[in-house]
Amino acid sequence: MSATSSATGIGASVRRKEDLRFITGRGQYTDDVNRPGQGYAFFVRSPHAHANIRKIDSTAAAKMPGVLAILTGDDIAADKVGGLICGWMIHSKDGSPMKAGAHPALAQGKVRYVGDHVAVVIAESLAEARDAAEKVEVDYDVLPAVVDMNAATKKGAPVIHDVADNNTVYNWHLGDKAATDAAFAKAKHVTKLDIVNNRLVPNPMETRAAVGDYEPGTESFTLYTTSQNPHVARLVISAFIGVAPENKLRVIAPDVGGGFGSKIFIYAEEVVCVWAAKKVGRPVKWTADRTEAFLCDAHGRDHLTRAELAIDESGRITGLRVHTLANLGAYLSTFSSSVPTYLYAPLLSGQYDIPAIYAEVDGIYTNTAPVDAYRGAGRPEATYVVERLVEVAARETGVDPAKFRQKNFITKFPHQTPVIMAYDAGNYDASLQKALEMADYKNIGKRKAESERHGKLRGIGISAYIEACGIAPSAAVGSLGAGVGLWESAEVRVNPIGTVEILTGSHSHGQGHETTFAQLVSDRLGIPLDAVSIVHGDTDKVQMGMGTYGSRSGAVGMSAIVKALEKIEAKAKKVAGFCMEASDKDIEFKDGKFTVRGTDKSMDFGAVALQAYIAHKFNGQELEPGLKESAFWDPTNFTFPAGVHICEVEIDPETGITHIERWSAVDDFGNVINPMIVEGQVHGGIAQGIGQAMCENAVYDAKGQLVTASFMDYCMPRADDLPSYQVGMTQTPCPSNPLGIKGCGEAGAIAAPPALINAITDALGTENVPMPATPQAVWRLAQKSITRKAAQ
Amino acid sequence: MYAFNYSRAETGRKAVNLISKNEDAKFLAGGQTLLPTMKQRLASPGALIDLSGAADLKGIEMKGRNLVIGAMTRHFDVATSELVKEKIPALADLAGMIGDPAVRNRGTMGGSVANNDPAADYPSACLALNATIITNKRKIPADEFFTGLFETALEEGELITKISFPVPNKAAYEKFRNPASRYAIVGVFVAKKGKDVRVAVTGAGSNGVFRPSNFEAALTAKFHVKSLEGVSAKAEGLNSDIHADAAYRAHLIGVMARRAVAKANAK
Amino acid sequence: MPKVSMTVNGKAVSGNVDSRTLLVQFLRETLRLTGTHVGCDTSQCGCCVVHVNGSAIKSCTTLALSHEGSTVTTIEGLAQDGKLHPMQEAFRENHGLQCGFCTPGMIMTAVDIVHRKGNKLDEQTIRHELEGNICRCTGYHNIVKAVAAGAEAMAK
Repeated sequence: MSATSSATGIGASVRRKEDLRFITGRGQYTDDVNRPGQGYAFFVRSPHAHANIRKIDSTAAAKMPGVLAILTGDDIAADKVGGLICGWMIHSKDGSPMKAGAHPALAQGKVRYVGDHVAVVIAESLAEARDAAEKVEVDYDVLPAVVDMNAATKKGAPVIHDVADNNTVYNWHLGDKAATDAAFAKAKHVTKLDIVNNRLVPNPMETRAAVGDYEPGTESFTLYTTSQNPHVARLVISAFIGVAPENKLRVIAPDVGGGFGSKIFIYAEEVVCVWAAKKVGRPVKWTADRTEAFLCDAHGRDHLTRAELAIDESGRITGLRVHTLANLGAYLSTFSSSVPTYLYAPLLSGQYDIPAIYAEVDGIYTNTAPVDAYRGAGRPEATYVVERLVEVAARETGVDPAKFRQKNFITKFPHQTPVIMAYDAGNYDASLQKALEMADYKNIGKRKAESERHGKLRGIGISAYIEACGIAPSAAVGSLGAGVGLWESAEVRVNPIGTVEILTGSHSHGQGHETTFAQLVSDRLGIPLDAVSIVHGDTDKVQMGMGTYGSRSGAVGMSAIVKALEKIEAKAKKVAGFCMEASDKDIEFKDGKFTVRGTDKSMDFGAVALQAYIAHKFNGQELEPGLKESAFWDPTNFTFPAGVHICEVEIDPETGITHIERWSAVDDFGNVINPMIVEGQVHGGIAQGIGQAMCENAVYDAKGQLVTASFMDYCMPRADDLPSYQVGMTQTPCPSNPLGIKGCGEAGAIAAPPALINAITDALGTENVPMPATPQAVWRLAQKSITRKAAQ
Repeated sequence: MYAFNYSRAETGRKAVNLISKNEDAKFLAGGQTLLPTMKQRLASPGALIDLSGAADLKGIEMKGRNLVIGAMTRHFDVATSELVKEKIPALADLAGMIGDPAVRNRGTMGGSVANNDPAADYPSACLALNATIITNKRKIPADEFFTGLFETALEEGELITKISFPVPNKAAYEKFRNPASRYAIVGVFVAKKGKDVRVAVTGAGSNGVFRPSNFEAALTAKFHVKSLEGVSAKAEGLNSDIHADAAYRAHLIGVMARRAVAKANAK
Repeated sequence: MPKVSMTVNGKAVSGNVDSRTLLVQFLRETLRLTGTHVGCDTSQCGCCVVHVNGSAIKSCTTLALSHEGSTVTTIEGLAQDGKLHPMQEAFRENHGLQCGFCTPGMIMTAVDIVHRKGNKLDEQTIRHELEGNICRCTGYHNIVKAVAAGAEAMAK
């Protein structure tokens, strides 16, 4: 593949095609959609973390001005609207299937977390709906709640779902226990860590929203919604929840203001809006306010882990043992079961050659919001375990952390880990060396001394991450319990004058597909970038697709486009052959021109497209008119982006404020289509990773009230909290897709937390630094560190 | 928000007249705290009297040795006023640290002082500078004005019209911000006028802004950072939350006070 | 319902509103100017920043009725005569946006920063001045670059 074939082709930092509408305020997000006669929904939510509902009395509320309808769980049940599903089956060690409690879209007699959906009020205006909602009288029998995972599994703990004994969804495991135990028995040194991976709230800036519409003349529904995967939403709402068959349900995800995983899932509110539209006879609109987003969007992470690393006398890692408690919240969200299992434990080998790994994961119900995939989903948790362990092991054994890593790196590919994954390609040392160079690692001692002179503490931390992304291979994910294969589709529609529409099943909500995908097509067909339009996010336009998450749209979505383009080229060659009276086998296609090999006879792409539709030069028996092809792509493997991030911090021990002095990132994403966009993805990921490590934390009190339910208490990283980032790349092309590309969307969020925490632990000289490392936490540790140093 | 009646007052006097006819009414100044509270339905005044058009409540001037600032003067105007920067630069500094630029373009001194949020900045300046809060009815010394969490000496229907700040010899404000909300976890304002040294702490006290007497005594002896060596705040009576417990706040009072004194002396 | 009149993006507009209508609701729902967004309930995120009488304010934290007679500029009114404002151009050139949701507020804030702080802005100043605008996508790196570039371009 050419590195940069043109100013707009593969490898070029083309400015984004989608930006014009966003910078001029012309984006169309779901809340910008208004349907004639729409009513506004406001949800009555549980103020209790755990309660039985004795009675709901909406008599007074129904008399409030503007009220169109008040609907409860009884109405949902009467209409036989099914519950929300979890689409990934996990089996426990003993072979039993996971214990999934029912998850109704409106509560059926019981609520299980603060914010749980009890009823919906639909009124002429949002203010009226909210006024009336306050008059809905719900008689709760409040039950004891449990938010702590250890408490939830104790005997006598409140039972959240009758199906799940000890509030345990599954006791899952992966790897070879006997071999791992043997490695530990022989180990020269064992590093042990207790690790908390803090609970996060995804917080895309656009909150979730939905507009449900029903057309009685055709008995068809339309749902406008903030979705990362509208086709999956349609599939679930149709096949499982049963609102309407697929051919009578159109799901449109217009411009979507960020997702980070939280908009993958099929939630109650969207289902209620589309169902209620028919029931009320009016379009129904709902937009979450930020507090609702905090309460009800699926949260991320929330693991408690005991991790151990076995090391032999030569400093090689011989075994890794992990036991993780994963908080799944009060209900199983759409993909929640897979996140702490198959998206987590298979990455525990990191970039290292570890002969034996054994992981146990207990999935646990608590009276908290459901927990599901959030940027990285399982892989940040794995990387955090591995990279904290490795850093500590290096320090404990007196080896430079960079050298310790280098010594244990996998160097031969393909490499089969003991936990499912077969890494296809990589060069981990290349990224490490480049990052060390960028970070000026060798002079850190001087900089530490300089800081110390000013009463500050300086530290440096490394994170060598790997992720499996491009979530797809359908057979593979199927064998691991996924309810559907995760291939991707593409359709290439060539118009008569040679412009092209690409219909993709992936969905862009910030990733810039409209540009990157167009670059690929422009490059392949030799047509201008402006001649290519990307169509996505509408189930009436795009037949089927699996959406965007898990850094998959480039590797999987674009590969589907490549496959469809190959078919276009083959068909176009036939048309060109007919037009130029040559066999299609003698037609060459290059730089947008079809040429009869060995002659100067040629036609450009547009001319061939036109002839395909005019169809005078051939007859329909010989060749079908038209130029439109589709393809489904199912890769043979995940892609394995990997890299090294190095963070340098300076701490003010007087206040505990940590200042990030330098961030050096080197990532291997294989071939890159648009470096500007890829770097942007890295920046954003790092920021979210820094957020997790330094300030973000979703906190419930003992009664299950969310303490951090707004930006007043949940700390979102702001511009002045963050540094500028130095971003570099190494490239080992991915052999598992035709473009040689790897996913880049989650890398930063995966790499960043251990880099930052390793830097802080280095500065403080203590390993016991929690996430988030808030000023208060760091100050306390800094005081101890100073006392300890003084004592020495 | 719950429904309410809205009216505008072009002058302070008209505003007071309007509120006297409606006991369920509140004044709307910049609205940067009141409106979010109302949006969350935590406040439900039956009527709002909008002061934004009351030109007589705006303005910054010297009256004798006092800097007098109209209640409806926006934070941005205080932060950027040449007169404030000349006479009490610490006050301009503080105004420039409130909220964010867009909030400073709306929020007002009178609104902030009348609300007496325990994490607001202005109350510390009023207290440390020994300001006088001037209302349509009377003049209230700052020491008597701030009476508790969101509580002030203001009576029903009483309107702050201006605040008068004696110009100090030296003053400075240091703030340790809540990482999430950016409000003060601890804000310390120190001021020296003649022999008097006053220190006021916001953000930390469970009863709102207060003056730590041991800091004041130490600094009265000598207005120098070194005077504060060994002087500490007690954790007792301080706020605790997920961002900062009382012990950390107590520690930060010391740090912010030392930094504020250093800053004041550097000017 | 009371009536409010103001000038928005150079046009005289008016509408009858409930007294509790926020300026952002008036813009989005009455005028259908949906470029101004709402990202939070606590005046933190800055997605709703517009200019009123030349100053940036958070339109989610002010009543429509408070702006009787005001001159309001929203993101839709920033480009003049079909030509993008230099700050809009700078955001596009520097990849200062991803999902685009915070972008209108960011751009309106950025223009206000330049009005107050001039055309030469260092990184620290920009980061500090962006305190009231949250972006979840970009990590701010390219926003900071865009604001600096846009500020310079505005001098021309």
